Amino acid sequence: MDMHVKKLGLKEKYAHMTRGLGWDTTYQPMEKVFPQATFEGIKIHDWEKWEDPFRLTMDAYWKYQAEKERKLYAVLDAFAQNNGHLGITDARYLSAIKLFLTGISPLEYVAHRGFAAAGRNFPGVGPRVACLMQSIDEVRHAQTQIHAISNYNKHYDGFHDFKHMLERVWYLSVPKSFFDDAFSAGPFEWMIAIGFSFEYVLTNLLFVPFMSGAAYNGDMATVTFGFSAQSDEARHMTLGLECIKFMLEQDPDNLPIVQKWIDKWAWRGIRVLSLVGMMMDYMLPKRVMSWKEAWEIYFEQNGGALFNDLARYGIKVPECLTQCSVDKEHISHQAWATFYQYGGAAAFHTWMPNDEEMDWLSAKYPNTFDKYYRPRFTYWREQAEQGNRFYSNTLPMLCQVCQIPMLFTEPDDPTQICYRESEYKGEKYHTCSDGCKHIFDDEPEKYIQAWLPVHQIYQGNCFNEGVDPTAEGFDPLAEVLKWYHLEHGKDNLDYEGSRDQQNFQAWRGMATQNT
Amino acid sequence: MQIDLRTVSIKPLRNTFDHIARRFGDKPASRYQEGTYDIQQTDIFHYRPLWEPEKILFDKSRTKIEMKDWYALKDPRQFYYGAYTIARARQQEAAESNFEMIEERGLAALVPEALRDIALDVLIPLRHVEWGGNMGNSYIAAYGYGTAITQPCLYHAMDHLAVAQYLTRIALTLDTPVALDTAKDAWMNGALWQPMRQHVENLLVLQDWFEIFVAQNLVLEGLTYPLFFDHLDSKFAAGGGTAISMMTRFMGEWSAETAKWVDAQIKVAAAESAENKQAIADWVVEYRGRTLEALAPLAGRAFGAEADAVLGEVLAAFNARCAKLGLSV
Repeated sequence: MDMHVKKLGLKEKYAHMTRGLGWDTTYQPMEKVFPQATFEGIKIHDWEKWEDPFRLTMDAYWKYQAEKERKLYAVLDAFAQNNGHLGITDARYLSAIKLFLTGISPLEYVAHRGFAAAGRNFPGVGPRVACLMQSIDEVRHAQTQIHAISNYNKHYDGFHDFKHMLERVWYLSVPKSFFDDAFSAGPFEWMIAIGFSFEYVLTNLLFVPFMSGAAYNGDMATVTFGFSAQSDEARHMTLGLECIKFMLEQDPDNLPIVQKWIDKWAWRGIRVLSLVGMMMDYMLPKRVMSWKEAWEIYFEQNGGALFNDLARYGIKVPECLTQCSVDKEHISHQAWATFYQYGGAAAFHTWMPNDEEMDWLSAKYPNTFDKYYRPRFTYWREQAEQGNRFYSNTLPMLCQVCQIPMLFTEPDDPTQICYRESEYKGEKYHTCSDGCKHIFDDEPEKYIQAWLPVHQIYQGNCFNEGVDPTAEGFDPLAEVLKWYHLEHGKDNLDYEGSRDQQNFQAWRGMATQNT
Repeated sequence: MQIDLRTVSIKPLRNTFDHIARRFGDKPASRYQEGTYDIQQTDIFHYRPLWEPEKILFDKSRTKIEMKDWYALKDPRQFYYGAYTIARARQQEAAESNFEMIEERGLAALVPEALRDIALDVLIPLRHVEWGGNMGNSYIAAYGYGTAITQPCLYHAMDHLAVAQYLTRIALTLDTPVALDTAKDAWMNGALWQPMRQHVENLLVLQDWFEIFVAQNLVLEGLTYPLFFDHLDSKFAAGGGTAISMMTRFMGEWSAETAKWVDAQIKVAAAESAENKQAIADWVVEYRGRTLEALAPLAGRAFGAEADAVLGEVLAAFNARCAKLGLSV
């Protein structure tokens, strides 16, 4: 750190610079100053026992971060000036980045607001300062992602109205409801949901695949952002881990609450990661590794070590995860199959894998791909080649919790769609798995509120004002797309024949040939 | 002579995102615009907050101020994260070289004792006031409405943390860490500081985020910074305490810059409607009185017999500033 103070150790100096600033209020009661500190049932006896996960004073923070920003924006400027978008492997790759900008970047923004709240609500100064640092980092990530991807938006479809789409489009409610769920919980659950489960346990399966995908596919803008954010992410991981340890060390009564949250958020997170799995296995022209491999390395191996470490506090590996070792063979294929069928209602392009890609999938998924998915995909591809490309124009039923369409299969039968049913106050609610049903049954009051895009469409809430669903020739899907601001024929449908494909070929030709 | 590099020129399909184009037309947008406007979600939320079930996650009704468009509250500095950190890093570099020079040349030892004691009594406990400023602004960053104002409030919160850390460093430069304990004790128990501590604690329980903005960023800062980082600074400089002035340079520059941003917010919000204007004016009157009461003993310690005159000058300047913002206070 830069604070040159004589005779003080780093730890002591940092304590003066942070927790020395706080005090126990007496003119106003502490429970009024920190009204969210107790309602979740977490007991903290001594905030001073908090171990700072990193020690960064503001002057040092500004210095390091400004240096990173100067470098990052120099690259982004050069990228824009030199048509860096023509350096990507293939414009199909952009579907992955469309998914990222519409589904992930706005969540960085919510993380920024949520950590600002955590940075106000904990009675301890140490965690508050650490949370505020993460809050300001997260606004950095939202903005640098938007700035990095801005140049793609100028040249390609699907990016143009990301905030509007996030709030409305059916599959985007999956990541959105995840963050809404966390922010609408209390500050301690927020830290387990986002600080620990998302940033610590799952970040290697979310952030790393997208950024590695960018590196493998020549996307200099996105990968430069990725490298630039790496040291921030490392800080966020240490905060998440410190937070869970602190909660567990403060009172044995915290264990069951924390365990419940870990179970819930691990499963919530894994469901969101289905989108990443599909991205890795299908959307990247040049693949980094398969979803299954990523799961095995980053979750089964690294995550296993983490849970071993937490075992001394009594934390157990969430039960629902046993299902994941079966699911890892299936979910990416099932998700992509769904998007291919509903490609008319997605704000990115879809396609069926070519022969070489199918062979890669066979090699990576020897137990499942040839048996369950290759025949189906081959058939669809043949149909498309014969001019019979079929886009489903109905809508799939969504899970009440994770909001993913009911597309996953039973753990013991990959030919049977998995449904679970709960009843609450005389109404039936459907979930996609034991994990989601468990979450629903534990907090039904929360999950019955879910704004499920498909239900909302059927209730008539997803058309522009003045549209009359009873009019003759009413086309519900077309009207929903208008309400999404999704331009039919440009943002959606197959990559083959798309404007993105045509422009990319023409522009690359301009850049590499003389005619 | 001009040289002209040729590049492959591609006509873009669009110049910016649709939500930016709806506001400013389809033309190249600035990084501030793309990183700020309409990036807070507004329309559809899945669950009511467990901590405030009567409201939605981002809810306009967390203040009584009403705006047709909350993005009218733009930042004249156009700070997005990159612009903000780069600006602050530059200021930090200047501050750092001042601290280094003071340490290298032992300038702290040359400060006359009477001035040094004023600094220790007045500036060091102030770090707790700064910490209160951090808490108020992080509240706004969390629960305010629209990125145009929530974003700079987070930067403002971090700045307050930084000022508290600079003040800590001043204590450690002028004295030993014991000075921090002494200052904390004065803050908790000393008669001089109790009115201010009470005032700051009262601000920590306010619910209306725009009220916090007015009470903290306009009134408390608008009176405290000129008093301590302008008038007291002049006194330090005139009396041989240049070393202290050098160490508070950041605060002086920072308050001039941030006051422009605060003024822009107040001006626009007050001009929106008679109701807004009245609410803001009422808050200014209420918190101006309380802040002055809290400052009186501190001004006495800092300026002695001249305290009333100095506070009078600070108040006159503050009132003139409010008048310029369209407030009758």
